[in-house]
Amino acid sequence: MNTFKLRTGQVLFALAVLALLLYTIFPFYIAIATSFGAGTGDHVYTPAYFDLRNYLSVFKEQPFFHNILNSALVSFATVAISLLIAVTASYALARVHFRGRTMLLLTVLGVSMFPQVAVLSGMFELIRMLGLYNSLGSLILSYTVFSLPFSVWILTTFMRGIPKDLEEAAIVDGATPWQIITRIFMPVLWPALVTTGLLAFIGAWNEFMFAITFILSNENRTVPVAISMISGDSQYELPWGPVMAASVVVTVPLIALVLIFQRKIVEGLTAGAVKG
Amino acid sequence: MDTSSIGAQGTKTATSPSALPRLGASTGRAKAELSGLSRQRIRTAWLFLTPMMIGLAFVAGWPLLRTIYLGFTDATLSSIDSYSFIGLENYLVYDNGHWYGLLADGLWWKSVWNTLYITVLSVSIETVLGVLVALILHAKFPGRGLVRAAILIPWAIPTVVSAKMWGWMLHDQFGVINDLFMTLHIISEPIAWTVNPDTVLGTIVAVDVWKTTPFMALLTLAALQMLPKDCYEAARVDGIHPLKVFFKVTLPLIKPALVVAVVFRMLDALRIFDLVYILTSNSEDTIVMSVYARQALIDFQQIGYGSAASTLLFLMVFGLTLAYIFATRLKLDGSGDH
Repeated sequence: MNTFKLRTGQVLFALAVLALLLYTIFPFYIAIATSFGAGTGDHVYTPAYFDLRNYLSVFKEQPFFHNILNSALVSFATVAISLLIAVTASYALARVHFRGRTMLLLTVLGVSMFPQVAVLSGMFELIRMLGLYNSLGSLILSYTVFSLPFSVWILTTFMRGIPKDLEEAAIVDGATPWQIITRIFMPVLWPALVTTGLLAFIGAWNEFMFAITFILSNENRTVPVAISMISGDSQYELPWGPVMAASVVVTVPLIALVLIFQRKIVEGLTAGAVKG
Repeated sequence: MDTSSIGAQGTKTATSPSALPRLGASTGRAKAELSGLSRQRIRTAWLFLTPMMIGLAFVAGWPLLRTIYLGFTDATLSSIDSYSFIGLENYLVYDNGHWYGLLADGLWWKSVWNTLYITVLSVSIETVLGVLVALILHAKFPGRGLVRAAILIPWAIPTVVSAKMWGWMLHDQFGVINDLFMTLHIISEPIAWTVNPDTVLGTIVAVDVWKTTPFMALLTLAALQMLPKDCYEAARVDGIHPLKVFFKVTLPLIKPALVVAVVFRMLDALRIFDLVYILTSNSEDTIVMSVYARQALIDFQQIGYGSAASTLLFLMVFGLTLAYIFATRLKLDGSGDH
């Protein structure tokens, strides 16, 4: 009786895990299948052909290669700039006692809660003033500021965890704060930098509202906007094969990142929230 | 949220001597030299903070203030450089026997209602689902790492992609959801999920839940993994029913982490844009506050009116954030961490 109970428990658990896997992966499977012709004729769930016609059409009919390059450029620039600014800022916030620190951390947290649309008209004005309208610079600028708060937040949490004696020994030896950051903290901190960088990268790669508002021409668009703009011959029917092919192309790098760095990403997500 | 005032306060406190003795005195030895050192440290700290503060002030604080200001003007996209101050007219104005403005617009209130509906429903469902998923992932089983990576996929996928994917799956003629549900006899005829006014809001919630449950699950899992193991051993030895253990022990212990996750997700859901914009484009049935504001700003080119709508959304998010900070009295100073 007891073993039977145990077994049904195990079977139920296995079923729950399977259901969970199906729930999370099935839509992506359908996207891949559709990029190979599923959803046409008799093939509802399975590919209809195994050539790359949908993939080729995406790259041929729009500047999709260009769009990918734009997304990569914007995302890498965002990560680099926001990490550079966030490391020094979070050192000050985590390791130096000064008045106004709590207020500053609250402000940083507050900015990360900004609805994008709340700054849209002001940002639009600023970007036109700086002559960045319809250029990738507008996106790098806005993404950096939006990824800065959580980068600072996560790095501050990590830096607080670094033992104090490490730093005190360096201070006694006469190291400047900049030396402390680059020589002592960086080697300990790089896992946190990878985590933060990944989150900033994913955020920039996926962003849509600024990208669709600040960029006008096809060549300067990033991939999310490019995908949203793929249209077919008829106004009412999208060419689903190419749309799904494009979706697969931009999602595969992200899935690779997630599979390789899942531990780091989870660490970052939880450091950003649980500690708060 | 006004970053410029924080910066001003910062420079004031940096030179204020009252913060220094506390730091210097704590070590006691060579007081004068140390306080000189810590004064220098604090100066360096502010130097290190300057790029961040300038960035936040100019690219977040300033645009926000401009948005709030433009909300009181009649600026349009074509005349963004010449506009006049019109007070509260974008919000509410009485003219010729009629009320005009945001607060008199039924569509605005519909967008508020839709946003709240999506937020409450989506966050509730994903909290329950997220806890369930976290409990599954908390158990030890072969392939757990792989499953944990798999549930990150919906979170990592661009919202645009997930909206397109689900838009296709929910297609009234060729979508697999209709096919699946008809095979399982859940529905008797195909449903146009993203068009039918009765189903469209629920559909948006369902897709949002799919995308955001992983976040909830992973935060809950992290909280579960920090729980002490011994009380579970004790409960198991005493033969207490697992469900009772969950509601009496586990849930109260993970509640603080859960509250943080719920608030983060609520703030996120209130500004929902991409999913609604892609899945149902300009449908009035599903209009949410971000879509309404952006439509006014860009599509109708009414910068003033749209800024007013943006400001109201900001105030809602701001109010919720403040309420949360005061309700939980966040310990942000981190003095306990050393």
